[in-house]
Amino acid sequence: MNSTQKTEIRLAGFGGQGIILAGNILGKAASLYEQLQAVFTQSYGPEARGGACSADVIISGGAIYYPRVSLPQILVLMSEEAKSTYGRQMSDQAMVLIDEDLVQMDTVPEGCLLFKIPATRLAEKLGRKIVANIVMLGFITSVTKVVSYEAMKQALFDSIPSGTEELNLKAFEKGYEYGKQIKKQESESRSQNPE
Amino acid sequence: MSDSGILTGEYFINGDEACAEGAIAAGCRFFAGYPITPATEIAERMARRLPQVQGICIQMEDEIASMAAILGASWGGTKSMTATSGPGFSLMMENIGLGMMTETPCVIVNIMRGGPSTGLPTLVGQADVMQARWGSHGDYEVIALSPSSPQEMFNLTIEAFNLSEIYRLPVLILGDELVGHMSEKVIIPPSDQIHQVSRVRPSQSPDGYLPFMAGDNLVPPMACAGEGYHVHVTGLTHDEQGYPQTTAQVHERLVRRLADKIRHNTSKIIQVEEFETANSEVMVVAYGCTSRTAREAVQILRSEGKKVGLLRLITLWPFPEERIRQVAQGIKAFIVPEINYGQIAYEVERCSQGRAETVLLPLMGGAIHTPENIMEAVKEYLP
Repeated sequence: MNSTQKTEIRLAGFGGQGIILAGNILGKAASLYEQLQAVFTQSYGPEARGGACSADVIISGGAIYYPRVSLPQILVLMSEEAKSTYGRQMSDQAMVLIDEDLVQMDTVPEGCLLFKIPATRLAEKLGRKIVANIVMLGFITSVTKVVSYEAMKQALFDSIPSGTEELNLKAFEKGYEYGKQIKKQESESRSQNPE
Repeated sequence: MSDSGILTGEYFINGDEACAEGAIAAGCRFFAGYPITPATEIAERMARRLPQVQGICIQMEDEIASMAAILGASWGGTKSMTATSGPGFSLMMENIGLGMMTETPCVIVNIMRGGPSTGLPTLVGQADVMQARWGSHGDYEVIALSPSSPQEMFNLTIEAFNLSEIYRLPVLILGDELVGHMSEKVIIPPSDQIHQVSRVRPSQSPDGYLPFMAGDNLVPPMACAGEGYHVHVTGLTHDEQGYPQTTAQVHERLVRRLADKIRHNTSKIIQVEEFETANSEVMVVAYGCTSRTAREAVQILRSEGKKVGLLRLITLWPFPEERIRQVAQGIKAFIVPEINYGQIAYEVERCSQGRAETVLLPLMGGAIHTPENIMEAVKEYLP
């Protein structure tokens, strides 16, 4: 990534889903483990839980001044309310990642790509719905490659309470593998149906 | 962690957390506060960290008491701090005045959100700038610093403590919600690279000691409780002994000294960062989170060949009058974006003395300017 190139990422959902933590981990991965600059900002309401919230991360090879995300290249949606609040702002070639059980979305604007994962359901199968955000982080890592697997894993381990490493790592791997499969299917279908 | 309690290393933390680490690195060992968005993370971090360094963190019943507690702690000989946001800052005003009158070193952090009143608890504002200057009654000079990144929240918190110890007064950090809640890489240097200043103590014996007798630098050496000196501390106008003397003559001497100890040292206190200011015809003046947007705008405009620069105010008070006056002589206009309906813009206008136009770009709060907002305003003068 060169010094002027910027990647803008927005994660949105409802308060309590761990959206802010996920944004923080992503920013930390880039900033401390990838030799990149990162700014992480958040927007939320006064509610302790519920209400649309968003975590915005900008990653760049050089200094970042204006700290707001305007048109994200990567948009992650984890609730219907987040979709209605943030679902229309994206760049021309954005990747849109959704929790398919929580967000109803079948199309994205031309030029953009849609990737679906049942993140919350997968987390429930691991025994704790609370790690849906970490499943999503794994998915983001393999689908977008915005930071490496190793950087994200290190940032994840820095950010979680001790004693929860095993569960979080499982959740992370689950999302990561799910994303890898999707990317594989995508490239296979592309090679079978050349445009 | 080193013996000093300083967490040397690289972290990805927000401005509030960086502020707390800066306080600890500066030697702060007492925090009293009342939680309030968007400053709560400072109290949380201090509550976790201070016990690790034999410090005390106490949640008070409100901000009035918090301010009183840090004044008391300072007179007990400890570097102390509180942190709040708009509504709490309003409550602190009376005791900030007490701190000014009693020349009590301490640091007050205000992470500004949208006001008036409870306003926008979770959203950004910059509208407490004049309150910081004039909020408590009576005449006094303040020092207020404006950080624009988590790293600067760390650095300027140390600076705030040092200034408060050097000049013996409460020093204000005027952060804003965006900088407080924004996370970036923060580098905490080794303890031997952190410059700590402590108040000058009396060198003479307790006999005949006059606690408010200042030398040429106008700052009296400070004896603290338990050191054997007789000290009387009052908000009433007092003589050099510290006893109330409510006469015009004593008041003239005291209040003049309180102001002059800052006024005579503005060149040592004031910091302004200059970007592309040489040969500029238009100058953007900005601070806090807004200065980041301004920097982006100026960078884009410079790449288009526009002669525009940026004065980033790191020190808001004392106001950099001298520099604004100089710059005004050679330019067409100052553009002042701020998240209020005009505060620093009026200072700029006052100091430019009609030599350059001053254009205010106000926002009421909750959102920040975009680079385009600032670029459009500049292009009015540089088409």
